[in-house]
Amino acid sequence: MSEPALVAFDDAVTSFDPVIGLEVHVELATASKMFCGCSTQFGGEPNSQTCPVCLGLPGSLPVVNAGAVEAAVRLGLALHCTIAASSTFARKNYFYPDMPKNFQTTQYDQPICVDGYLDVDVPVDGSVRRFRVEIERAHLEEDTGKSLHVGGATGRIHGADYSLVDYNRAGIPLLEIVTRPVEGAGALAPLVARQYVTELRAIVQAIGISDALMHQGSLRCDANVSLRATPTAALGTRTETKNINSLRSIERAVRYEICRQAAVLSGGGRIVQETRHWHEDTGLTTSGRTKEEAEDYRYFPEPDLAPLTPDAAWVASVGASLPELPQETRARVRQEWGLDDLELTQLTNAGVLDLVVATVAAGAPPAAARKWWLGELARLANEAGVEPDALGVAPHQVARVVALVDTGALTEALARQVVAGVLAGEGDPDEVVAARGLAVVNDDDALLAAVDEAVAAHPDVADKVRAGKVSAVGVIVGAVMKQTRGQANAARVRELALDRLGAADIE
Amino acid sequence: MSTPLTQSAQALAEQIAAGDRSAVEVATAFLDRIEEVDGAVHAFLHVDRGGALAAAAAVDAARARGEDLGPLAGVPVAVKDVLATAGMPTTAGSRILAGWVPPYDATVVTRLREAGLVILGKTNMDEFAMGSSTEHSAFGPTYNPWDLARTPGGSGGGSAAALAAFEAPLALGTDTGGSIRQPAAVTATVGAKPTYGGVSRYGLIALASSLDQVGPCARTVADAALLHAVIAGHDPRDSTSLPSPVPPVVQASTATDLAGLRVGVVSELSGDGYQPGVLARFDEAVAGLEARGASVHEVSCPHFGYALAAYYLILPSEASSNLARFDGVRFGYRAGVEPGHTVEEMMTATRGEGFGPEVVRRIVLGTYALSAGYYDQYYGKAQKVRTLVQRDFATAFDTVDVLVSPTTPTTAFLLGEKLADPLAMYLNDVATIPANLAGVPALSVPVGLAGEDGLPVGLQVMAPVLRDDLLYRLGAVVEADAVARHGVSLPGPGVLDV
Repeated sequence: MSEPALVAFDDAVTSFDPVIGLEVHVELATASKMFCGCSTQFGGEPNSQTCPVCLGLPGSLPVVNAGAVEAAVRLGLALHCTIAASSTFARKNYFYPDMPKNFQTTQYDQPICVDGYLDVDVPVDGSVRRFRVEIERAHLEEDTGKSLHVGGATGRIHGADYSLVDYNRAGIPLLEIVTRPVEGAGALAPLVARQYVTELRAIVQAIGISDALMHQGSLRCDANVSLRATPTAALGTRTETKNINSLRSIERAVRYEICRQAAVLSGGGRIVQETRHWHEDTGLTTSGRTKEEAEDYRYFPEPDLAPLTPDAAWVASVGASLPELPQETRARVRQEWGLDDLELTQLTNAGVLDLVVATVAAGAPPAAARKWWLGELARLANEAGVEPDALGVAPHQVARVVALVDTGALTEALARQVVAGVLAGEGDPDEVVAARGLAVVNDDDALLAAVDEAVAAHPDVADKVRAGKVSAVGVIVGAVMKQTRGQANAARVRELALDRLGAADIE
Repeated sequence: MSTPLTQSAQALAEQIAAGDRSAVEVATAFLDRIEEVDGAVHAFLHVDRGGALAAAAAVDAARARGEDLGPLAGVPVAVKDVLATAGMPTTAGSRILAGWVPPYDATVVTRLREAGLVILGKTNMDEFAMGSSTEHSAFGPTYNPWDLARTPGGSGGGSAAALAAFEAPLALGTDTGGSIRQPAAVTATVGAKPTYGGVSRYGLIALASSLDQVGPCARTVADAALLHAVIAGHDPRDSTSLPSPVPPVVQASTATDLAGLRVGVVSELSGDGYQPGVLARFDEAVAGLEARGASVHEVSCPHFGYALAAYYLILPSEASSNLARFDGVRFGYRAGVEPGHTVEEMMTATRGEGFGPEVVRRIVLGTYALSAGYYDQYYGKAQKVRTLVQRDFATAFDTVDVLVSPTTPTTAFLLGEKLADPLAMYLNDVATIPANLAGVPALSVPVGLAGEDGLPVGLQVMAPVLRDDLLYRLGAVVEADAVARHGVSLPGPGVLDV
């Protein structure tokens, strides 16, 4: 590659002012497709969820899915957009084998949602800074099918022996949300990008219009990045990075692009307006299609569809039916639980706020719920390489574990074993406790026997304790806990051990 | 009994309902006629003898069970090959769809079947309905039964010729700029383009979506109205389909007077470029209207002169997009390519080999007209003209109830006569295009033969949106007057004797 070496991020944002823009595609969780009655279920047999309309067979015609329109209106209202009294569809013409009609039916110059905003909170030096990201538009369109290129080394179309196309995804409704250029974020630009998508995703999930899973592609993000010499200069030439498939990668990709563009510009080069591909494994973007090679999409109004003209009273009723939005939830729990900005941000950044809220709703004290989701469960999710909500333990199960610890039925160590059992598919916490025989041992006779055994095994430690070095008793307690596989009541073991060794607890 | 071939559809339906003829007997007669004369006419691309006889037998069985039959039950019908028919080849006259068998029926085809009509087969047409002579069919031209050296018009020349040659009593056509009315005019048959949105387009292989409309073709105005009533009405599968009730076309087609009807003669659709014999028959027909109680007024539609140019930007633009799906990937023809080819190479070769020259010409025109930087200049401007044409109609309909003009400037032209001159071919549709641009309904009815060549002349009626009934009211009276004046216009003896 002929790209110059990267400029360090701190230097890049000192020398240049980055401007970002984000285009997010959300696959709507409607039961049927955008323009026909076919199922949108993920993972069906290839081409089993198709009909003349979504296969683009000659003579077929589209009919707009009212559920998709409602989903668009829901998100538009949640993003403070104006809902257009009349919006239209257009045809975006280009040839590609996974696009049945060789044009995409999309909204172009008259989208359904315009002029909204989303406030995002970014942690900065121990406090939180709020950025307002302006939404230019949100519009409805249809998804394409999926190509599978067989043979060849890369899995890409070039060099493949043949290609297969699955049209199950063709025609699934998409909502594309486009921001205006986000200016003034400076060094925080990568974080603002990430937080924007995080917040948007939370809203999408809260209002129930999509599961918004990046790894399944039901939420996709393209990041536009440009640099300019000063915040007052005209916008620089931008690149559009695609193929970003996690929240973390949004931050990384924007950061990379800032460093790469800074290197090009510092070296006296110029930025080419182009599409770039993010590579998760290497953390790099590579050049895709340049503007010169870009297609002329020959947009024109879709003659097969009438304009969407949602009734104002209906729009108002959709607005009234919106649930509590994540920001409102945060404001509420902040007050009710007495959290500060950073504690809240910790929860949102970890992607566990909703889980904590649900765990509290299931009866757990807020502090315990937070501790579990930020601690043990976050660690397990990280180990498993999944988002916490995909870990496999539900908020009500966590609440039950918390309750068992609170009543003294489980120790913390035992509770972790119970969670492991739930994750292993052994059932609800009570079932795991029963099946594994996990219960705190409070029987003094049994514990004393174990203490005696531990004392016999560690005579030097026992002598130290007898000599008054009370803290050394931890070794004895640890040995007992180990021997009872964590089921002993550790506090009682300590009491029994000190008593046996004739030492007073002076801690 | 006399042959069913020359009977009206209405009479055939009555005879079948009364048990005077069986539907199988009627279907057999038309299928045999097709076998006999279609070698010379080539109105059909596909004949479905087995399916037709089975459908006819089902009607006979229903009748035997005493079930209520619809007003056209058991009557055979030919379907233009641009309408999807489940299990029956559908080519749109193009090599690129040769052998394609749709898995579904167009809504209008479903309605034919449900009404007990017997589908004989699929009729020839200009490729993707692009043309005015049926010479652009990839499967060879259709010949006009009035003179086999002449074209039957187009794009629906197959449907019109099938009627004129008594190969079918009814047919479906589609009309984007005159493809029902112009062939009707040059074959002495009746054809109507309903109000845009009055008949479902679902299953109609789109040429220009904002202009296309399915309509009835018949030998009498009353038959056309009956078929119109069968196929019209809201269809939830077509978003441009109107929810309004179907205008009372059948009732209107029984009219015998025009009391109080104000008829406007469009001054721009006459004069230069119109054959004297065409104008003579037209003027004669109009002159007779006052005797039937109508008042006749001259009306100016100043923007009709720009309609043709606007049409030839809007149509190719929409067509260039509508025809993009024909790429060899999912259905139809796929070009053979060398091993190691790319999908783009396969698509390019398929389209290059699969499309005929007129289709290529219009795709290129449309692609250009929609290109970045040219859109406003071409497509955008054409849409403004379209609005002006709509206003001309609105203004005219403030003072008159219907408009009339000759359907075509000339009678049927010779095969090959205009093939090398696309503009001359396009000019054939100068009188029919405004109705498509405005979405208003229009109908062509025979008014006799031109003096200089003895070939049929058609009169066009245009009415306001959703007043399709007025087409049939005026059409019925014009038809009756023409028959009274000249007798029934039939192809000359010796060409195709019945």
